Amino acid sequence: MINVKNLTKRYVNINAVDNITFNVEENETVGLLGPNGAGKTTTMRILTCFMPATAGTATVAGFDVFTDSLNVRQQIGYLPENVPLYLDMRVNEYLMFRAKLKNIPRRERRKKIDYCLDLTGIRDVQNQITGTLSKGYKQRVGLADTLIHDPKILILDEPTIGLDPNQIMQIRQVIRGLGEKHTVLLSTHILPEVEMICDRIMIIDKGKIVAMDTPANLMKQLKSSSNVILEIKGDGERIKSSLSGIDSVRSVTWKEKEDANVFYVEGSAEDDIREDIFNCIVKDNYILREMKRQPITLEEVFHQITTKETEEVSDNA
Amino acid sequence: MRNVSTIYQREIKSYFYSPIAYVVISVFLIASGFFFAGNLQFWQEASLKGSLDSIQFFLLLLTPVITMKLFADETKSGTIETLMTSPVTDFDVVFGKFLAALSLYVVMILPTWIFVIFLTIFGNPDFGPIFSSYIGLVLMGSLFVSVGLLISSFTRNQVVAAVIGIVSLIILWVIGFLSSYGDGWFYETLRYAGTFDHWESFTKGIVDTRDVIYYLSFTALLLFITVRNVESRKWR
Repeated sequence: MINVKNLTKRYVNINAVDNITFNVEENETVGLLGPNGAGKTTTMRILTCFMPATAGTATVAGFDVFTDSLNVRQQIGYLPENVPLYLDMRVNEYLMFRAKLKNIPRRERRKKIDYCLDLTGIRDVQNQITGTLSKGYKQRVGLADTLIHDPKILILDEPTIGLDPNQIMQIRQVIRGLGEKHTVLLSTHILPEVEMICDRIMIIDKGKIVAMDTPANLMKQLKSSSNVILEIKGDGERIKSSLSGIDSVRSVTWKEKEDANVFYVEGSAEDDIREDIFNCIVKDNYILREMKRQPITLEEVFHQITTKETEEVSDNA
Repeated sequence: MRNVSTIYQREIKSYFYSPIAYVVISVFLIASGFFFAGNLQFWQEASLKGSLDSIQFFLLLLTPVITMKLFADETKSGTIETLMTSPVTDFDVVFGKFLAALSLYVVMILPTWIFVIFLTIFGNPDFGPIFSSYIGLVLMGSLFVSVGLLISSFTRNQVVAAVIGIVSLIILWVIGFLSSYGDGWFYETLRYAGTFDHWESFTKGIVDTRDVIYYLSFTALLLFITVRNVESRKWR
């Protein structure tokens, strides 16, 4: 559905997007992941025909974004990052305006608006002025607008930013539901989010794609998945020395917490060290109160992927 | 054309949701009423000639206030992004906004017909120059609006758009006067470029195609530049 080939966007002296190539299949949900300024928004703006690329080609639903821009725009629903709305209009009125702009036939407009109001859960606020809505509701109005003409492709720029945890869950559910019938390209810098919603993850940094794979495969590659957090009762130093004795453990740090100790154990291998730790604890008769894997943060993913790159570069040199 | 009308309707509503329309119209009507009364007392004749010359000065000041938000506000709030990624052409957007601002301008000058009613009650005015003056006012309005629209498309700050708009219109108004300082093609060009000279013939009851063409072509040129400028986000 989305084909991008050697796409480059050059600003005055930096390449915001640097020669990227990727495809998104029909009904696939792809997460675009990257730190601020990585080129996520620029990529999306090119795909939505807001600005053209400096070089390279992009086709959306079979139409070229530069030469066939009106057709492309009819096929996509785009939710920009800060969800711009006309703050002096009522929700209903705004959606009606957008429905007209998106060429929905007069008779179907009301039906489509009602459908989107229900889908995004904003029926209660349909007569409110958008400027008086909270951030979460504004986000949903924006989402309703992107869905209103039932586009084949949804391009969502950080759809859950600035929402409270409940709203984030709701929006994620809506997006996951949409992913079944739509092609979705969304950007975020929250890793668990893409894990939950996306079929495929694309990580970009400084305008380049540094990794592209399914969430499961990507996690497998990451070493930090072998880090474990433990809560054990007993003498800290003694426990530390016996944990350090395990072959697959690289390092152990600990601190006291109320009546027990918390240990951060870093594993050295790709394989799971939890069984080794369990055996060790049983052998020495410690009281284990909690054991969990340390969740991977996006910072670590980046750290690992970018450092891996530099290692490869230095190997080649 | 349907997109033009969609954009037009939104802009018109937006004018009346915000205080802009009410403030601009009231200020204009208070000022023009004052000048109508003053001119009537001074000239003692049943015509709008003097009043409309003074009113023109207020149109110069107020039209940029009408047009200042058209693009500046969209750029600032980011709605330009949702607007321009909808299936509409840049021309649809520019022309819809232009028509909306011009409509508000017409709504603003329409109540001044009450002066004409006064004149007919208490005197016997010549309707020829009055009708032609209003044709001239609308044509001049389309030029003023397109100047303001162009300037609004250059900035994201409404105040800047209004101030530069007012200054530009004042310049456009006074360059015609410079022609009295000399002869030759240069001064002749200035006289033609200025709005005042073209306006004057309308107040005399003359609807000259040269003047009509001046206003319409100037408007078309400015709208064309505005469309180009809106497009320019693509190559900047």
